[in-house]
Formats: sequence, structure tokens, C-alpha cells
Amino acid sequence: MAKVKGPTEPERPDGVVLSEEQRRRRRARSIAIASVLGFLVLLFYVVTIVKLGPNVLNRPL
Amino acid sequence: MSDVSVSMDKSPAAAEFAEGMASPGDFLALLKPRVMSLVVFTALVGLVRAPDHVHPVIAFTALLCIAVGAGAAGALNMWWDADIDAVMSRTRRRPIPSGRVTPREALAFGLTLSFFSVGVLGLLVNVLSAALLAFTIFFYVVIYTMWLKRSTPQNIVIGGAAGAFPPMVAWAAASGSVGMESLLLVAIIFFWTPPHFWALALFRAEDYARAGVPMLPVTAGADETRRQILLYTLFLAPLAVSPTLLGYAGLGYGIVASVTGLGMVWLAYQVYRIRTGDAAVKASRRLFGFSILYLFLLFATLLVGAFVPGI
Repeated sequence: MAKVKGPTEPERPDGVVLSEEQRRRRRARSIAIASVLGFLVLLFYVVTIVKLGPNVLNRPL
Repeated sequence: MSDVSVSMDKSPAAAEFAEGMASPGDFLALLKPRVMSLVVFTALVGLVRAPDHVHPVIAFTALLCIAVGAGAAGALNMWWDADIDAVMSRTRRRPIPSGRVTPREALAFGLTLSFFSVGVLGLLVNVLSAALLAFTIFFYVVIYTMWLKRSTPQNIVIGGAAGAFPPMVAWAAASGSVGMESLLLVAIIFFWTPPHFWALALFRAEDYARAGVPMLPVTAGADETRRQILLYTLFLAPLAVSPTLLGYAGLGYGIVASVTGLGMVWLAYQVYRIRTGDAAVKASRRLFGFSILYLFLLFATLLVGAFVPGI
């Protein structure tokens, strides 16, 4: 439940308020990091398959 | 770390873009993309010249890790050298001195990419190439950037080894060993580095002097630099032909290396001979520009020779 602010409690600062440009840059950075992580996942997957070789498909059903 | 706070805090850009405000492009610039492209190219040659067949996906992974490792070393170099970058006209627009990226961000970025590139290379390719990449990053950042660059005019001679290692790292990634031919490739880049950078230093000597970097023209004078350029080039030109003489490359490479090597020697001699006025600056610029073409042609011919017999 939200705490109700009393009449004597001091005003809390708003913290860091980002400008529109700063938000845009942060979003661009976030997308770049997500893309790199996604690429790494794909790379590890593909290299694993390559290292296993064609025998990866040769298994008893 | 070098003290960059004074020059950066005065900049209006620094006030506008505080920590966390860099764009992905700014971080990309920290990787020194142009240096990276040369590293990728020479590493590719090491990869295709190696005797063992390597799966294209593994080859791509190795090249990617080497490129990122080189970029990480570049980012750490920019972090350490931000103070001198800020006073040199060639480098003052780099991300840290211009205030787009903070030193702390560059340090974190460089260290993260260093560990990732070495770790991924070790996990997905082999341990030897990862160890060599780790050593290359260490050599460039600690031995060259932190130690030699500001303390000796032989900075780029010894430090040049870091830029020469990538073909050997790639060779190790493909074959799991370090062959004689890969060491020759390292030697060619190693002995190419001094004439290349000293040609640049000759027409940027004021920049280096202002930044307090003891490049050879600053400490020993332009004439001694000209003599050293000529000596190194006289050693480099036959060395570059040696892959053909030792049977590692074909006749086509030998011809390209001989002709372009003579071009290098001629231009180095022009730098040695013409010592004053605009003509001297022009001679240095010409050698600097041709040295890039020279190294590119040598490695491009080796690359073609890996697929075309006789070259």
C-alpha cells in the first residue's frame, strides 16, 4: 500500500530527469546491447551444432 | 589513469553529455574501426594461409573475437591516452576528449570486451589463440600505451608488435599452433610499423611535442628519423619478399613484394633526401600513404595466393 505523506515530511527530490535526447540515446544503447546479446546466443548455438558435426542427427528414435 | 578531468570539465559538450549519455556510435568509435579493419584483414590472411582446414563458422568466430579484442585494446588505449588525445589535432574529436563518453564508461567498455573476446575465443575456437589474443591486448594496453608510449622514442618499434600479432592469433585459431609462415607475417608488419608511423610523426611532430609524446622526430630530430626510416625500409623490403624465397608463397607474391618494396625504398630515400620545406612534408605524406597501400597489397596477394596456385 502506498505510504501517505504527512504534512511535516520534507519534499522528496524528483531524482534524475532525462531529457528527450537522453531518453533516445539510452533506448538506442539498450537496443544495441540486446542485439549483441541475441547475436551471442545465436553464435553459441550455431558453433555448438558445428562442433557436434553431422552426427548430431544420427540418434536412435 | 591519466588526468583528463581538467580539459573535459571545461568543455560545454562534457556538461551536456554526462555519464550514460553516449550513443552506440560513440562506443563504436572507441573501437578504432579503421585500425580494426586492418587487423581483420591481416588476421583473415593468417586464417586462410594456415595449413589446416577450418569450418567457416569457426573462422568467422575467430575473426570476430580478434576484431573485438583489437577494438577493446583501442578503447582502453583511448581511456588511458585521453589527456594527450585532447591536445592533439588528429585525436581531439575522439569520444572521450570531446566529452561524449566518460573515461569510466570507456574503461568498463574496454575491459568487458577484452574479457568477452578472449573468453569466447577460448571457449569456441581454442585456448592457444585465446592466450595469444589476451597477450596481444595486454601488450598493446600495458606495455605500449601505459609504459612505452610516454617513456621512449622506441615506443612504436616495440609496441608495433601488438599490431603485428593478429595474423599469428588467426593462424593459431585455425591450426592450434604457431607456424613459421605466421611468424614471417608478424615480422613483416613489425618492421613495416616504424617507417609507417615515423613518416606520420615527421609531419605531425608539433602535435606530438605539444602532447609530450617522445616520438623519434621530437627527441632525436627529423634527420635522425629520416635515417631510421630508410634503414628500416631497407630491411623491410627484402623481408617482405622472403615468403616467396622460403617457399611459403608463389612467384606472383614475390613479384608484387619486389615491385612495391622498391617503391617503398624509393619513397623512403626521397624522405631521407628532401629535408626542408613543403617538399619534405610532401615526401613524408607520400611515404605514409604508400606504406598503407604497400601492406594492403602484400596481404591481399597472400590472400589471393591461398586460393590461386602460383600466386
